[in-house]
Amino acid sequence: MTDTVTKMAVINSTKVLPSDVIIKLYESNADVTIKETCFGVIVSGERKAVDELLSTARKMDPYGIFIKERGFAPGDVIRCRATRRGGARPGFHTLETEDKILPHIAQALKALDKGEVPEKKKQKKKLDIEKFKQIIEEAEVSE
Amino acid sequence: MKIFIYPTNSLILSDLVARFGHEPLAIMQEISKKIKTGGLDSPPLNITPEDPKFGLKYAAVEVPSGVRGRMSLFDPLLTQAGAAIIVRDPVISFGCMGCARTNELVNFLIRAKKIPMLDLDYPTSEEEAKQFVFKISEFLKSLKHAEAAK
Repeated sequence: MTDTVTKMAVINSTKVLPSDVIIKLYESNADVTIKETCFGVIVSGERKAVDELLSTARKMDPYGIFIKERGFAPGDVIRCRATRRGGARPGFHTLETEDKILPHIAQALKALDKGEVPEKKKQKKKLDIEKFKQIIEEAEVSE
Repeated sequence: MKIFIYPTNSLILSDLVARFGHEPLAIMQEISKKIKTGGLDSPPLNITPEDPKFGLKYAAVEVPSGVRGRMSLFDPLLTQAGAAIIVRDPVISFGCMGCARTNELVNFLIRAKKIPMLDLDYPTSEEEAKQFVFKISEFLKSLKHAEAAK
């Protein structure tokens, strides 16, 4: 049995649109199923072919295309909204939450490739109990 | 190395682990196996009578079936994990999107395994994202060095 896999590429780019990636994928003429979505593309097929295709597509914007595996194939009746009478697709809210952070992650990846070492953030120390007691006493005195 | 990620369906963690040359252990691959395996004993997700047994490895029979069912999916991930990247209290695991008890159990089990682990918070700004990505990159690099030294 061949090792088939479905992967989704989430595009959060200022340079590339899902339609651009789709054209690039069609150019390859590979034996895979491709679906354009609002967030990017879903590609399903033999693992090796899918991995090669998506790594080529990622070169269009290495910091703007994020890839993860997906359990269900594109248009699967269990997941497809057309057969589930609409509503958010399971997994949509997770994707939406992470999609908001993607621009920050893209900037962070760029910085990492430039060799930037981020400054360690100063962690806020918890208030010392003695200091807290002192504040309470001072407040009581002032009343 | 196979890296367990939490949240187990995270796009960011899955992408970063693969980018830095490791294999992410994500729940999607287990769901994919359930769908693709031939012979539908119990459609639509192909849960077989064998699956609850994996769940029973972690939780007793009186524990809600949802926990045991989820644990049957998590079992292969927990077993294979060589290291873990955990995001603390992700928003998406709250409420009906996740099962709090399963999440607690998974976090406990992965800690009990005593494997190299990185704890993080989801970034909310660019500075935090730089720290987030840098820490993951350094952690994964250190795992590669440890593997090479073996």
